[in-house]
Amino acid sequence: MSEKKSSIFSIGLIRGLLGMLAGYAVGFGLVSVIRLLQGLPVWAYNPSGNQYGFSEPAWVVGAIFGIIGFILALGVVSDWLKLMDGQQTPEHPADAFPSGVRRYLSASYDHKVIGIQYGVTAILLLGVAGVFALIFRTELAQPELQIVSLQTYNTIMSLHGIVMIAGILLGVAAMSNYLVPLLIGANDMAFPRLNAFAYWINVPAAIVLLSSYFLGGFDTGWTGYPPLSQRAPLGMDMFFLGVIFVGFSSIFGALNVIATAIRQRAKGMGYFRMPIFVWSALATALIALTATQLIGLSFEMVMFERLFGMGFFAPEKGGDPILFQHLFWFYSHPAVYVFVLTGLGVISEILPVFARKPLFGYRWVALSSFGIALVGFLVWAHHMFTSGMASYLRIPFMYSTLLVAVPTGVKFFSWVATIWEGKLSFETPMLFVLGAISIFLLGGLSGPPNATVATDLHLQDTYWIVGHFHATMFGGFVFPFFAAIYYWFPKVTGRMYNEALGKLHFYLMLPAFYVQSLGQMQVGLLGMRRRIADYDPALGITLQQLLITIAAFVIFTSVVIAVVNFVYSAARGPAAARNPWRSRSPEFMLPSPLPVLNYAQPLVVVGEPYDYGTDYAFVNIDPDRKIAAAAEDQPAPEEQAPTAPASSAAAD
Amino acid sequence: MTTETVTLTDYQRKTNTNRLGLWLFIASDLFMFGGLFISRFYLLGTGVRPELNQFLGLAITAILLVSSFFANRGETAMAYGDRKTFERSFLITIALGIVFLVGVVGVEWQTAPYGPGESVVWSLFYTMTGFHAFHVLTGVIFLFIVFRNARKGLYNEERHWPVEAAAVYWHFIDVVWIFFYPALYLIGLPPA
Ligand code: HEM
Ligand SMILES: [Cu+2]
Repeated sequence: MSEKKSSIFSIGLIRGLLGMLAGYAVGFGLVSVIRLLQGLPVWAYNPSGNQYGFSEPAWVVGAIFGIIGFILALGVVSDWLKLMDGQQTPEHPADAFPSGVRRYLSASYDHKVIGIQYGVTAILLLGVAGVFALIFRTELAQPELQIVSLQTYNTIMSLHGIVMIAGILLGVAAMSNYLVPLLIGANDMAFPRLNAFAYWINVPAAIVLLSSYFLGGFDTGWTGYPPLSQRAPLGMDMFFLGVIFVGFSSIFGALNVIATAIRQRAKGMGYFRMPIFVWSALATALIALTATQLIGLSFEMVMFERLFGMGFFAPEKGGDPILFQHLFWFYSHPAVYVFVLTGLGVISEILPVFARKPLFGYRWVALSSFGIALVGFLVWAHHMFTSGMASYLRIPFMYSTLLVAVPTGVKFFSWVATIWEGKLSFETPMLFVLGAISIFLLGGLSGPPNATVATDLHLQDTYWIVGHFHATMFGGFVFPFFAAIYYWFPKVTGRMYNEALGKLHFYLMLPAFYVQSLGQMQVGLLGMRRRIADYDPALGITLQQLLITIAAFVIFTSVVIAVVNFVYSAARGPAAARNPWRSRSPEFMLPSPLPVLNYAQPLVVVGEPYDYGTDYAFVNIDPDRKIAAAAEDQPAPEEQAPTAPASSAAAD
Repeated sequence: MTTETVTLTDYQRKTNTNRLGLWLFIASDLFMFGGLFISRFYLLGTGVRPELNQFLGLAITAILLVSSFFANRGETAMAYGDRKTFERSFLITIALGIVFLVGVVGVEWQTAPYGPGESVVWSLFYTMTGFHAFHVLTGVIFLFIVFRNARKGLYNEERHWPVEAAAVYWHFIDVVWIFFYPALYLIGLPPA
């Protein structure tokens, strides 16, 4: 690569943003021409109605073209265009920039770079959504309205939910992208171009999603139920479009993870020798691959109602609003497992390292992820007990929901048994893992009351539900995500994070989270409805509301501390050792930071992944990366650990 | 030129991965079509269907089925190195696909008694045929790209994954229509 001085247009992101503007212009122009031909007014400004100049179809088409323009200008699909034209492209595309910040701001095809891109974008989105939360939590600290209007409250509350979800999806993708190839001994994902495409589509999609704030907002919450969503302002369309395109990203990312895990495993790595994280990433991907289509479809159907006057969910046209809820929850229930399964995989992955013991019941834990994923497809209507759906459906869905507790219980049992009599040490990653387990327990225990029809009739749409799912998502995603960042930080950056700041982060976040979540559950039980800006002081929950708000600020502060820690340590932290945690995982046999080519020398799996406390190795790999020709044919070098016996029964 | 350095074993390994990827994509897309299909029966039951041109429906269905035959013939011909037959078959497939598109969007949509906003019956009709027609359109483009690249001599009997992919995708679109056709044209009666 030549080190020429290049203009800022060589940075993919900049080109993409310009392309996005151009795309919007083309979209507006196209719709305007069509409207002219149809004799409709192009400029639809109307101070009491449409305040956004162009008509609704123009904005929708503009946004779609904007996203396409971004992708084209960024250049992440140019290889595909060349292939279509019959030109040859390299098997693994080279990046525009070999190193530096610009590499991360342009299309890169290295799964580690893409993982970081996902991760940073995820943290940005989680931060934005967190700011939204702080705004409306401030509003809720006291009864009556103080700082925002009702409409703004609705928009901010709805955006908080959906931007958090987008952030979580990206965070999940960050972990599976970065880790799956490393853990299975591969050099990259199965489809590097698709991988880059799946990441970059999120960026314009997030912009469109956030643009809804400026286009009138929307007031439906993250679920977008019609008929409200059918009447909501223009911002609703941007919400739908943003989610649909983030959904495409999920689908393509999931496809890639599955193909990678099935096709790219190193020599000797049978399915039951894969690190447990890969199992959970696989189960997650299976859900994301299939169910995501349904949320896309349901949102598209509402958009067609808005744009073409269709009537799927409109009773006056013979439609049925309950159908929307079925389609929506058929995705969105399984989606909650997309949020948490990878995180639970991180817990199972990290726990044995800090307990110095084999993971208890490896096979059962591996299969429990699939159990959760499969049963998770059969429970969606537990969100609809009060919706007016046929009441005979309630009981089967109640039982199927309670059934999820079985595979989830397997995981808990395994964690407890792994901790049991282990030699625990409490570095930051371990703290976050333990915190995750305790919080996920709270979230899990608050689930069965919602699943039981009799109690759910009281709990539905109260703050109890808000408490429930915040606990599941903090336990299943947020804490494991931070655990993963701290744990793999030395591998990613080649430097160590600051342990004191890490611990501070943990000890602020854990208690604050308990205050917040238990407080939400309590005010819910006392009669606080969810998604409203005001409440009656007579409920006697004003103090709890204030405490929840304070807790929210503490959580946010702790996350700021974490981000400062990451940024500072990545630049200035002490150099990290090759294997600071004495892990058996293959990526910890490689130098820190990880080399561009993961495994220059092929890696051979010779044992079980979690035989901590034994002398048997998991993989054979030359730590100095001497590229031994035909390494497979040679016997393992003397100094390496002995190979595990054929059936290593040490695990369980 | 990179392909010349790719050994046949590597090509086959890569093709196996690609094949898995394509089938995963199809599985994913099936959920979208499945959602539409289920919505149709959820909303209309088995008693109601839109009032459509039965002759046209039968004709375009026959055309699509025949086109799948030619797609398969083209793929098989390529596997045996018979370029002439491959080219002719893929051209016929593309032509039939375009006829199907014209039949649905150009004729059926234009002559249908109502627009999409009339009632849920018609919303379903336009959405289901619309999503399907969009896939047919992408399929036609895909077939054409492969056809063009084949004429440039990029494929041979051992290396022709794109040909296989286009054919499989085309069959998939066909199978979807086998479910959509009775759901829209045959099951139920037009509302009185
Ligand atoms: C034993 C496990 C669980 C059970 C039995 C359970 C049950 C339920 C039920 C029945 C509801 C509907 C409550 C209502 O709206 O009235 C619900 C809501 C919810 N659950 Fe769970 N849940 C469990 C675990 C999880 C997990 C692991 C997550 C993952 C993040 C999760 C996320 C959610 C979300 C996001 C909602 C609220 C959706 C909304 O209305 O906005 N739950 N849960
Ligand atoms: Cu659910």
